[in-house]
Amino acid sequence: MTTLPGRDHARTLLRQMLRIRRFEEKSAELYTKGKIRGFLHLYIGEEAVAVGAMQALTSEDAVVATYREHGHALARGMAMGPLMAELYGKANGCSRGRGGSMHFYDAGRRFYGGYAIVGEGLPVAVGLALADQMQKRSAITACFFGDGAVAEGEFHESLNLAALWKLPVLFLCENNLYAMGTALHRHQSQIDIAHKAEAYGIANTAVDGMDVLAVKEATRRAVEFIRVGGGPFLLETRTYRFRAHSMYDPELYRAKEEVEAWKQRDPIVTFTARLQKEGQLDETDLKKMEAAVDAEVAEAVAFAEAGPWEPVEDLTKDVTSPRAEE
Amino acid sequence: MKKITYREAIREALREAMQKDRRVFLMGEDVGRYGGAYACSKGLLEEFGPERVRDTPLSEGTFVGAGIGAALGGMRPIVEVMTVNFSLLALDQIVNNAATLRHMSGGQFSVPLVIRMATGAGRQVAAQHSHSLEGWYAHVPGIRVLAPATVTDAKGMLLSAAFREPDPVIIFEHAFLYPLEGEIDETIDPVDLEKAAVRRQGSDITLITYGGSLWKCIEAADRLASIGIDAEVLDLRVLRPLDTETIFASVAKTHRAVIVDEMWRTGSFAAEISARIMEGAFYDLDGPVARVCSAEVPIPYAKHLEEAALPQVDTIVKTAQEMVQSHG
Ligand SMILES: Cc1ncc(C[n+]2csc(CCOP(=O)(O)OP(=O)(O)O)c2C)c(N)n1
Ligand SMILES: [Mg+2]
Repeated sequence: MTTLPGRDHARTLLRQMLRIRRFEEKSAELYTKGKIRGFLHLYIGEEAVAVGAMQALTSEDAVVATYREHGHALARGMAMGPLMAELYGKANGCSRGRGGSMHFYDAGRRFYGGYAIVGEGLPVAVGLALADQMQKRSAITACFFGDGAVAEGEFHESLNLAALWKLPVLFLCENNLYAMGTALHRHQSQIDIAHKAEAYGIANTAVDGMDVLAVKEATRRAVEFIRVGGGPFLLETRTYRFRAHSMYDPELYRAKEEVEAWKQRDPIVTFTARLQKEGQLDETDLKKMEAAVDAEVAEAVAFAEAGPWEPVEDLTKDVTSPRAEE
Repeated sequence: MKKITYREAIREALREAMQKDRRVFLMGEDVGRYGGAYACSKGLLEEFGPERVRDTPLSEGTFVGAGIGAALGGMRPIVEVMTVNFSLLALDQIVNNAATLRHMSGGQFSVPLVIRMATGAGRQVAAQHSHSLEGWYAHVPGIRVLAPATVTDAKGMLLSAAFREPDPVIIFEHAFLYPLEGEIDETIDPVDLEKAAVRRQGSDITLITYGGSLWKCIEAADRLASIGIDAEVLDLRVLRPLDTETIFASVAKTHRAVIVDEMWRTGSFAAEISARIMEGAFYDLDGPVARVCSAEVPIPYAKHLEEAALPQVDTIVKTAQEMVQSHG
């Protein structure tokens, strides 16, 4: 078992996970009220992955995520208000309402989104790492993707290219055992995802994705390996999505008992219990933390509610960049 | 002035772009040791080294996607995709990614990526190496689509794209043009990436075209001249954004238009041009717009069949002649 970090850091990890959980619970509620539309993919159950992994990155590093990226954006340090406003489609959203749930971006934090075509982010991550390598920067690129993406050609092509050019990419697979309704064993001939890296000579590990400390430690090691020039790394995190794939999914493909069994390993519940057991968090601390997170979520909702709509006259603004005088 | 080929013009542009801007690099299949499938990058590996002239694996989607990532990361990549046929494996990255990122991120990112590819038929390489799909790409907002038809444009457009374009650019090089020779200044200024060009002035009819078909239209215009028809030849150059002003000005002068396009007629780029003329210059026309496009058939191998499938000078001349005679 992993040892606990210092009290403050342990609490930060818990608070980060809690922020994601509460933000998304509120999003789901607002969805049923019609405030949020379109696709909404919740990360609930997987919070330990984004939070644990982000600890190993610096502000110089780049992040590429998927359409299930609320957790990554929050863990990367994006403010909650612009994220909620983006879900509303408001002009004060992080993508000015043009992206919605699946397309969060933050240039300042090198958060490159938000890819809704499965597997599409991997080549982009390879290119970002190439740019860093060519410009002699020590940054690495962390690329999050699901188990479903492993079936795409771009997964294999990207691993090959990154290994071939020894690029500083952390390929981080969030294996939640399903690609929409298709279970891992129904879409993969070899279900050990980390093992696939062997074919490309890429270092790899699998880790318990429900344990924030384990994810953090595994990512730290992977990133260290990459930073000293070891080339790319494939980290498979074994996790589980507690909610439906998106808001329209009746979950016909899995048993309630299976979901319940995984909920016993809820990364927030188990980590809270551990902190309490080891005397790092008492009931009052926890209540305070929850209240602070709830207040942050309430503020984010207020920010979104108050936000303006992008003027329709700006519909085609930024389809292309402003051009220098010819 | 000097005389060089279209292929050499591209090579000169690649060289100059890499010399002047450290951020520019070339990647694609066989661009290095092989010298490029069409020999455009021959010698550049020796000159710039493997860091800046990168042979990639056969992974079109991934190296185009990596070009997008590298552009986001501050580089100015030039990616060569051997031919438009193979670019279909990278369609997702181009259409869903490169073209959308700026708008979808609320203007936070731009993708200064140049993608070059060969296009077109006429070399007896059959149905999987002869596509003309420029119009598919020109359909997509967020990218600029260029079709250089002359040696000067081959060099100038690539230079302008590499140095000055903030957004993704796709350059279509008609494979037939690579050996074409042309006069060009020792050094050239960046060329405009907005306007169509009138390549031959005329008063009776406008032949509107782009890329490889330009030279067929010039030849057709010469033949038409010999039978007393004065044809104007308009080279579109830029397929997106489209310079309708120059098209309308020409049609206002000649009152007749024939569009020559190697795409298949159904949903061709010519269809778009025709629609624009209807919308913007209908009352200037003496008669319906005509199109000379490829026959609706996968381009066949046998020479006589391939020729029959493609727009030819004879057809252009005949179409123009009939139009002038019936709408005199
Ligand atoms: C190329 C592509 N095919 C299909 C889809 C539809 N789709 C959206 S999410 C998804 C499942 C992806 O599963 P996974 O990669 O495991 O990610 P998860 O949703 O589990 O986080 C599918 C099939 C898509 N968005 N893109
Ligand atoms: Mg999955």
